[in-house]
Amino acid sequence: MSVNAKDLQTGSNDPLWVRTTVITISVAFVALMLVLPLGVIFFEAFRKGLTAYLKAFQDRNAVRAITMTCLAAGIAVPLNLVFGIAASWAIAKFNFRGKGLLIALIDLPFAISPVISGLIYILVFGMQGWFGKWLEAHGIQIIFAVPGIILATIFVTFPFVARELIPLMQEQGSEEEWAAISLGANGWQTFWRVTLPNIKWGVLYGVLLCNARAMGEFGAVSVVSSNIRGGTNTLPLHIDALYNDYNSVAAFAMASILALLGVVTLVGKSLLERKLEQESISSLESKTTEVS
Amino acid sequence: MLEKQGKFMSNNARSKAMLPGFRLTMGYTLLYLSLIVLIPLSALFLKAATMDWNDFYETITSRRVVAAYRLTFGASLIAALINTVFGALVAWSIVRYRFPGRQLLDAIIDLPFAMPTAVSGIALMAIYAPTGLIGKHLLPYGIKTAISPLGIVIALTFIGLPFVVRTLQPALEELDGEAEQAAASLGANRWQTFWRIIVPSLMPSLLTGFTLAFARALGEYGSVIFVAGNIPMKTEIASLLIISKLDDADVPGAAAIAVVMLSVTFLILLVVQGIQWWSQRMTGRA
Repeated sequence: MSVNAKDLQTGSNDPLWVRTTVITISVAFVALMLVLPLGVIFFEAFRKGLTAYLKAFQDRNAVRAITMTCLAAGIAVPLNLVFGIAASWAIAKFNFRGKGLLIALIDLPFAISPVISGLIYILVFGMQGWFGKWLEAHGIQIIFAVPGIILATIFVTFPFVARELIPLMQEQGSEEEWAAISLGANGWQTFWRVTLPNIKWGVLYGVLLCNARAMGEFGAVSVVSSNIRGGTNTLPLHIDALYNDYNSVAAFAMASILALLGVVTLVGKSLLERKLEQESISSLESKTTEVS
Repeated sequence: MLEKQGKFMSNNARSKAMLPGFRLTMGYTLLYLSLIVLIPLSALFLKAATMDWNDFYETITSRRVVAAYRLTFGASLIAALINTVFGALVAWSIVRYRFPGRQLLDAIIDLPFAMPTAVSGIALMAIYAPTGLIGKHLLPYGIKTAISPLGIVIALTFIGLPFVVRTLQPALEELDGEAEQAAASLGANRWQTFWRIIVPSLMPSLLTGFTLAFARALGEYGSVIFVAGNIPMKTEIASLLIISKLDDADVPGAAAIAVVMLSVTFLILLVVQGIQWWSQRMTGRA
């Protein structure tokens, strides 16, 4: 409250023309750089009318690409969710050496460019890679096939849930868990009844961002996929193929689903951020009252 | 005080006993991290290490590769600078001013995070292509926005903006105006306060935001390849060159280019860590 008042005060210290100029430039820049590209997708998708738009979805390859995208996200997100919860439990509830290093390693995939993320799997599973010969002899294909796409998706979305939950659980501490244990609960009961209810909005937040990236990843997936249409194409790859075929309406129609997913993600993110903020305030208040 | 006591007590309790599940969660964390990230990533460095040094050096210093590096770094640098200037204005507006649509502006900043890069790429092309919404009006003046380095800068500006804004916002919120008011009461005018108080205290966050946007731009692929045109020596970025090496079945060549890019990115992120460490020490001393 007091911070807000101060902000207002300093803000109103600025002359009106300064305020107007800064706000106008900011809004104009964001409108030009961010809002215009978003709007253009829907404009281009509906350029030739609703029928042309809907026709794009009747294509067999479109349906397969949507299925493939859902499959990749459907595997990558739950796996990274389980990992995120396990990692944040280990990191937030215990003291051990090298914790900072472990957190940095978990964040590592964010620092690696999408193309390189795909490349490393080619070096492991590709024909010239470590297991290439062995995999071929056993008739298993990973690169240029569905498993490669799923692995690349898991890699690029790897840190999302963990990075959200680690600071949240560290902030919450372990007092409530200790209380549950001392009342006779076992580890699983403590997790399901005490920890999970406390972190549920953080979990949802991480899953939301993880899913958006999983469904939208392009670079990493394009390196490990064969680019044969209808084969192992995800939605972003399918958009690329349609666009290169000069099938603009279909490409933008496909893009409009992902853009919509992006907007839904943004709305959900804003709502969850508000929820998380409220919860951290109320938990802080309850802690202070307990202590005093 | 009270908080410290609480922490002290829980530390004491922890030294006597541990919550359950450490072995299970730690074991799983290390296993999954190794399988998905560490082992595949080590394959890249091992591949580069087993390469003949001359081959490696020849690959990364060939004219086409050097041109791609120069373009990637140059465009990323310009885009990060643009984002630092405009990102600072946007962050300032959101934190300091109250105006209708402020919350919407705040929410929409994350759009580049939420929008798939391929979607951004074709959207930017629809705007800046020679027949695009804006591109067709600029072409008569001899400005080619897409299929040129300018198009690459635009795409990299698009994806980098949130890094600057989101880094600056908490720093601006912490700048509670007390130092500014003190400066003003001592007779400093607004301009002096801005340069002597506000800019120095925001410097670490400005530098961090700039470096994060720069690092992200270096590795960007999806949104760039659509607007770049990908002409060798002219508009071909390093990420694309990795892919074209792979298409030629030149896996060692791709690995060589990748190792250089990755090493530079790691170096940049190390600089970010350094900046944060430095700024914590500065504020700690103050």
